[in-house]
Amino acid sequence: MNKINFLKPDKSNLNTYLYLGSFLFFISIFDVFLNSFFKLNIIGFLPNFLSFIMPLLLGFIGLYFIRIEYSGIKKLDLLNKHINTNNFNAILSLLIIFVIIKSIPPILDWFFIGASFAGDSKDVCTGSGACWTYIKVWMRRFMYGMYPNAEQWRINLSFIALALLGSVGYFATDRFKKYLTLYYVVIYPLIAFLFIFFFISGGPVFFDFSYGIIAAIVSIIIGFFIPNKFKFYYFLIVPLFLYILLKYFLFFEETIELGKLDGLNWVETGAWGGLSLTFIISFFCLIFCFPIGMAFALGRRSNFPLIRYISIGFIEFWRGVPLITVLFMSAVMFPMFLPADFFIDKLVRCIIAISLFEAAYVAEVIRGGLQALPRGQYEAAKSLGMGYWKMHIFVILPQALKLVIPGIANTFLALVKDTPLIFVVGLLEIVGMLNLAKTNPEWLGFAMEGYVFAAIIFWIICYAMSKYSYNLEIKYKTDR
Amino acid sequence: MNFKLKDLGPQLITVIAVVLIFGFFTYNAQINMENRGIDFGYGFLSQESSFDVQFSLIEYDGSHSYFRAYLVGLLNTILVSVIGIIIATIIGVIVGVARLSPNFLINKFAAYYVEFFRNIPLLLQIFFWYFAALRALPLPQDAEAIFGVFFLTIKGLYVPAFIWENFNIFFYSIVTSIIAIIVIRFQAKKLRETQGKQIPVFLISIGLILILPLLSFLIGGVSLSFEIPQLKQLAATSFVYDGGLSLPPELIALTLSLSLYTATFIAECVRAGIQGVSKGQKEAAASIGLTPNQVLKLVIMPQALRIIIPPTTNQYLNLTKNSSLAAAIAYPDLVLVFAGTALMQTGKAIEIVSITMFTYLSLSISISILMNWYNKKIAIQEK
Repeated sequence: MNKINFLKPDKSNLNTYLYLGSFLFFISIFDVFLNSFFKLNIIGFLPNFLSFIMPLLLGFIGLYFIRIEYSGIKKLDLLNKHINTNNFNAILSLLIIFVIIKSIPPILDWFFIGASFAGDSKDVCTGSGACWTYIKVWMRRFMYGMYPNAEQWRINLSFIALALLGSVGYFATDRFKKYLTLYYVVIYPLIAFLFIFFFISGGPVFFDFSYGIIAAIVSIIIGFFIPNKFKFYYFLIVPLFLYILLKYFLFFEETIELGKLDGLNWVETGAWGGLSLTFIISFFCLIFCFPIGMAFALGRRSNFPLIRYISIGFIEFWRGVPLITVLFMSAVMFPMFLPADFFIDKLVRCIIAISLFEAAYVAEVIRGGLQALPRGQYEAAKSLGMGYWKMHIFVILPQALKLVIPGIANTFLALVKDTPLIFVVGLLEIVGMLNLAKTNPEWLGFAMEGYVFAAIIFWIICYAMSKYSYNLEIKYKTDR
Repeated sequence: MNFKLKDLGPQLITVIAVVLIFGFFTYNAQINMENRGIDFGYGFLSQESSFDVQFSLIEYDGSHSYFRAYLVGLLNTILVSVIGIIIATIIGVIVGVARLSPNFLINKFAAYYVEFFRNIPLLLQIFFWYFAALRALPLPQDAEAIFGVFFLTIKGLYVPAFIWENFNIFFYSIVTSIIAIIVIRFQAKKLRETQGKQIPVFLISIGLILILPLLSFLIGGVSLSFEIPQLKQLAATSFVYDGGLSLPPELIALTLSLSLYTATFIAECVRAGIQGVSKGQKEAAASIGLTPNQVLKLVIMPQALRIIIPPTTNQYLNLTKNSSLAAAIAYPDLVLVFAGTALMQTGKAIEIVSITMFTYLSLSISISILMNWYNKKIAIQEK
């Protein structure tokens, strides 16, 4: 039993192999390091091919030597377990380490060392790295599009106010918690709309909608006093009736000007752009697509065949076509479907198109959640004497929505990532602005910086969203 | 009676609402078209298109009909989707498996890849590859050959073209070997199930697919030669490569970004699928004496595939639909050629947009039918 195997690394000859192996491994990494950071080649005396392959070879032999099971040294065991389980893994690990070491200097150089930050013209960009001056000069355009510089405080103010109003949920005491859903579903979107309508736009651009809003508020308030039996029919008829009443009989042309704030210039939606437009579009599409999607998810599981088939048709249609053709439709085909004197703003058409498109995906996600609920939940709710709406609002949907948080978050992420497509209808959010800036004759040749900048911004937004949804999922996780 | 009425009410209201909306749209469309003097009809498809397309798989120029332009666009869309699906699957499977690797570095590398590429909008990635990365490539006259035959330049990738003689014989030999492989697999399965004999099907398959085409070279008179792209000078500073196959940069940028983006989603599907197979299955398979390869092939993969295929199909569909972003970098796909150029020329918005949408709809539905069929085939046969 005392036979010592000199050729096989083992616990019995641990020290020899450990020193030898670590030395070789260290040498190989050191060589790549010198090569990449200081352009030194310590084994340059070897033939070309051998010198190229040498670090890998040395590292591989080194890792082979230190691959000693149950050595008793904690760090060595950890190393072996994680990057050095067998020959194949050892080579892959080495390659990845080399790639990382090799790619650090060029990346550092491009981003920081060789990059130029100062100045405000193209002339300062002489270094080997990126020209962040370009981003600096164009920053306002990337953030606000063609929105006039003097008026940009309106966007900032609206966004800050909306962010503050949106964070109300965190500070609400238990007494107000029960109103939070109502707040976020009805009141907050309304406030956001008014902010954007009066403040960012600053004019009666889609003023027709404000009749609708008034009609909706009034009918919801009256709705509280309507007996449950008639509620469905009430909400079907009265808001429309009120809208028509308001628009054609009560208000006259002169009163339209009432809605306009004094001193604010009107900025047409064509001038909106940049990152702020990305936010506006994602926000509204997110708000609209959720209820529509929920309605169609319920419709698809309805017992009424006609409603079911209509829902299936809707969902499958939108899921089957690419968004770009939907936007094409909203741009060239949709105006044909409306009366000639009826004009809908480009941005609104865009929001409608994207909302309907994403609603189909949301519907499928929610349907998954509805299907995953055990039948017992439906039966229990019914046996308590709940009707269809009561059962869904208080029993089914809260559970189903909890189940599908990751799916919904993915759909919303897709929505945010789809917003650049609005270039099809001529609206320029941040990617569109980049393409515009890239073609400016004074700033040719900085496409890379622009795209990297936008990529970083989008990455941060999307990554934050996915992490947030992950936290939500954990927060609302209830054990069954 | 009362009960029935209660059932009928909501349905009737929904149908009336839908009919009203569609009626409103159609009515307006008719009036609008009358006002503008446009007539509705698909007759324009046979008219002469009189515009050119940069890159087409079939012969096409301005003298062909709009229908042929439509076909050109459709084929280009299919081309980019098929290449994208193949590459995305390869990358996705590798990355998905790598994310389960015990190797810390590989694991993290794959995880970062997924997190990085899927959180950046696809359109931005396409722009990045097309306007930033591929524009940094050398001009044709400065390009260095890769392996002596490939040339990667700012004007695209030039690869040698195959020049076949008696190509049909070669084609038949491949078809024959595929049929033979299917027959052998079938027989091997039968043998395994009835007598428990194992036949090295994989080795035999590889042998067949190599040997039969090789025989066609030796006996069948098939020969293959390459046409290597040659640098040609057009003017003092203008060079192009002549001969060989050229892949336009639009195609390269599009396939690269589509496959890198979709691969992240496929990787997640693959990871979820392999993780979805319970550990007990693996241990049970090992305990009845199967080798690790057999465990993977006969126990893990068949079960994992059932979980992997439905979401992966969705990703294939997404890729096909996302290929329409080609319009942004002027790759002549269906949207650009048909819903772009043809629409501008004819002004027939309703017809063209509806044809385009219908085409994508049928592409999506056909892929999902195909995948559903396959899914059903491999699903567990429960009694």
